[in-house]
Formats: sequence, structure tokens, C-alpha cells
Amino acid sequence: MSESVAVRVNGKIVTVRAGSTVAVAILASGATCRASVTGQPRSPLCGMGTCFECRVTINREPHRRSCQVLCEANMEIEANG
Amino acid sequence: MDNVKHLRFDVAVVGAGPAGISAALAAADSGRTIGLIDDNPAAGGQIWRAAYNSARLSASSIWFDRLNKSAVQIVRGARVFHAAAGELAAESDDSVIQISYGKLILTTGARELFLPFPGWTLPNVMGAGGLQALIKSGLDISGKRIVIAGTGPLLLAVAAYAGKCGAKVIGICEQTTRSRMARFGLNMMLIPGKAAETLRFAYELRGIPHWTDCWPVAAFGNRRVETVRISRHGQITEIECDYLACGFHLIPNVELPRMCGCGLRDNFVAVDEYQQTSVPGIFCAGEPTGIGGVDLALVEGEIAGYAATNWEDRAKHLFAKRARFQKVVRILQDAFPLRPELKNLARPDTLVCRCEDVPHERLCEHTSWRAAKLHARCGMGPCQGRVCAPAAEFLFGWQIDSVRPPLFPVRCSSLTAIPPHSAARN
Repeated sequence: MSESVAVRVNGKIVTVRAGSTVAVAILASGATCRASVTGQPRSPLCGMGTCFECRVTINREPHRRSCQVLCEANMEIEANG
Repeated sequence: MDNVKHLRFDVAVVGAGPAGISAALAAADSGRTIGLIDDNPAAGGQIWRAAYNSARLSASSIWFDRLNKSAVQIVRGARVFHAAAGELAAESDDSVIQISYGKLILTTGARELFLPFPGWTLPNVMGAGGLQALIKSGLDISGKRIVIAGTGPLLLAVAAYAGKCGAKVIGICEQTTRSRMARFGLNMMLIPGKAAETLRFAYELRGIPHWTDCWPVAAFGNRRVETVRISRHGQITEIECDYLACGFHLIPNVELPRMCGCGLRDNFVAVDEYQQTSVPGIFCAGEPTGIGGVDLALVEGEIAGYAATNWEDRAKHLFAKRARFQKVVRILQDAFPLRPELKNLARPDTLVCRCEDVPHERLCEHTSWRAAKLHARCGMGPCQGRVCAPAAEFLFGWQIDSVRPPLFPVRCSSLTAIPPHSAARN
């Protein structure tokens, strides 16, 4: 079972392929990543850590770029609904 | 709270894409200590993203194999946010890393140019390379309908890749003209080693519509993109899709070279024949010196690696090879200039700065990038203008002139870890 990894996105369990980034788990969950300063939903743009649109809270640490962080078992991810 | 680490290398290389890997390996031949510092979870840069742990890509696996057998010390997940003479500071998940070096090689790569159009901020509208990076990072797109738009050879590579991964690629919207596109194909066939690659793409893209003189006008959807409106030979069409992957070719990452004091020429890092920048002892290779692709990046990196370790004769042997691939830079420039119509896509309420949600109309009030920053907060968010500044440069013709530390948003504890003498320099 080392080929997949389960994380929680807004409390919901999401299973992705091992080695997937947190951004992928968020997209798979159906959530968006962040709310913009005027409240618009946003998701990854650049996919490479430059645009900061994919920021979420991971294990209570805010402002993590989800496209640059690999999923680890039982990670708690708080994203925009 | 943060752990402070100190590293010292004879040669530090920043950016572990093809140029950085090849520079580090060439420099390692000298027996000196080499550090390869990269922001991503694994080495490989964008073109070899997620190839590090898979044997699928044979071209890259040879390089990864060499890297693993070498004495190069790889520092992953560390983004450099500060530079002073002979020193860099980087931040990782749990520490601040102070790096001192004898020579420095900057291989910071490129990013996509994004241009604003109504709806470009909707979820699932992403870069062309952006979508590819996410697929490589595990995104399942099988059965998804994808429109690929913008300009440049990356669109073709992404279409081929997405198709292989099971996506339904509805079409490629290429803004350049049909004649420029045809000339691009012919010119690439004439570069030794590129003909096979060009033919392979043509084969992989069979069955995928490729429209020239075509660009996205707007994207629509409720919470995520559902429809894209395109202009094709002056006619407007709407296409339903699950993803719109849109990028307008590449722009060099010159922020760190600029902070190091390296001079620019036409927005690229100026280098001499040994890839040395205007700052003695600091070298630059790959896309920051000119967008030319992986083969050019590899040979430039090698030259920089040898030159940085005083092996000029070895570097010299590679000049002819570099000259061959440098032709690609001019071919790309000639093939994919941006058409002026793209300047008119943004409406008054279309956001240009996505971090601070600054609409186009707020920028029209200003006459310079600096004024737009000060008065409208354009480019003042976490990406520090990496997305909107190049767009503003194209839309308004503004000169983007400031690079300030920290180069990325960092934790306060990382800032306080910088020695005062070095922080004061900027």
C-alpha cells in the first residue's frame, strides 16, 4: 500500500498516489486552494512555486505553497472550500 | 525557533534544473566542494520535474545517475531569499541555511509569462507548464477536456504530454501566425539533434487540432472554468473544457542574479563566453541568459561549471556545441513574438495583480511600475510581482526596475538569522 497516501483536506479523507503534492490532493478533493483578498476562490496557476496562488494551511502552518509540498500520511490540510 | 545551519562550498549552484545539474557535475570534476541548492522537493527543475525517482525519461536518468554518484551535495527544498558578497541565505521547512561560497553559478531557470484576460483567475485556468507540472506531481487528468492556449513550443509539449496521460486535448490555440509557425518547424529541423524531437512531437500531436492566429479572449465558469471563448482568425468561438492551460512562452528568473549585482542585457543576464556575469566569480547558465531549451542549458551549465573551477580549456571545447544550440534562441524569438491584440484582452475590472486583486483600471491611472506599486499595491503581494510585473511590462511598457530582499516571503525568524553586516548591504 505504499503506492498511495491518504491526507485530509478540510476534514475529508483524500487518497492520492504516493509522491503527489498537496496541490494535487486539494484538486482531487474538489476544493480550491485559497480565497483571494476580495474573496475569490483560487487554485494553482504556475505549478512551480512562483505564483503563491496555491497557498493553504498544512498541519496548522499557514501560507504553505501546496504545489511544493509532498503529501505525507495523515497530513491535515485546510483549504478554501 | 528555527534551526540555523551553516554550509560552505567552493562552488555553490542555485537551481537544480538541467543547467544546474550539468554545472555542478562539471565543477565537481575539480574535486572541490560543490553545493546544489534548489527550492523544489527534488532535483530536476521544471522540465525534469518528478523524473528524479522514475526511470521513464532516459535523457534525464543519465544525468540523475551521474548526480547521485557524484560528490555534489544537494540541498533540496531550500529557497534562496537573500544574497550578499560571498553569501546566500535560504529557507527550508524547518531551518535557515547560511551558505558561503567561493564561486557562484546561478541557474535559476524561467517561468511562464501570464497575460490577464477576463476569467484568467478562475480555478482550473492555469499555466501550460503549470498544468504539466501538476500532472507530473500526480494530478489525474484522464478523460478531462483540456484547451491549451498561449504561445511557444511548450504548448506542443504539454499537449503531447496531457494526451499521453489520457486527457482529451480539444485544441491548441497558438497566437502566432501560421507562417511563423511553419518557419519555426522548418528551422528546428535544421538544428542537429532537434529534427528527431520535432518529428516525434508532430507524431504525438497527430489528431490534436492546432490553431494558429488563435488566442483566449475570456474564460467563464461558476467557481471553476467551464467555457473558454477563443478568437481564431478573427472569429469568436466558445469551447467547453475542464482545464484551460494558458501560458505565453517563458521569461527568465533574473531576481536572484539582479540581487547579486549581475548586469542585464535585454532583460536577460549578460554573460561572457565563459558564462561569467558582470560580477567576477558569479556565473549564469540556462534560461536566464536566453530562452533556448534544455540542450543549450546543459552545455551552458557545463561551461560555467568548468570555468568556475578554472578549467578554461575544457570550457573552450564546448563553445562550438553551445553556438549550435544558441540558434534556438533566435528561432524562438522570431517564431513567437506577442501580437498587440493581446494587450487589449483585459477589461477595466480584469485583475492584473492576483495577490492584491488589483484591476486593470487601477493601473491605467499610473505611469510607472513604481507608482502602480505604491498607489495600487500592484505587485506587493506574496509573489512579489513575479506574475503581474512581466504582464504590466507588456501591457503598459513599464520598466520593472526593483529587486529587494527578501526575494521570497520568509518567516521573521529567517530574517533575523541574517548577519547584520550582510543585511545592511541592500
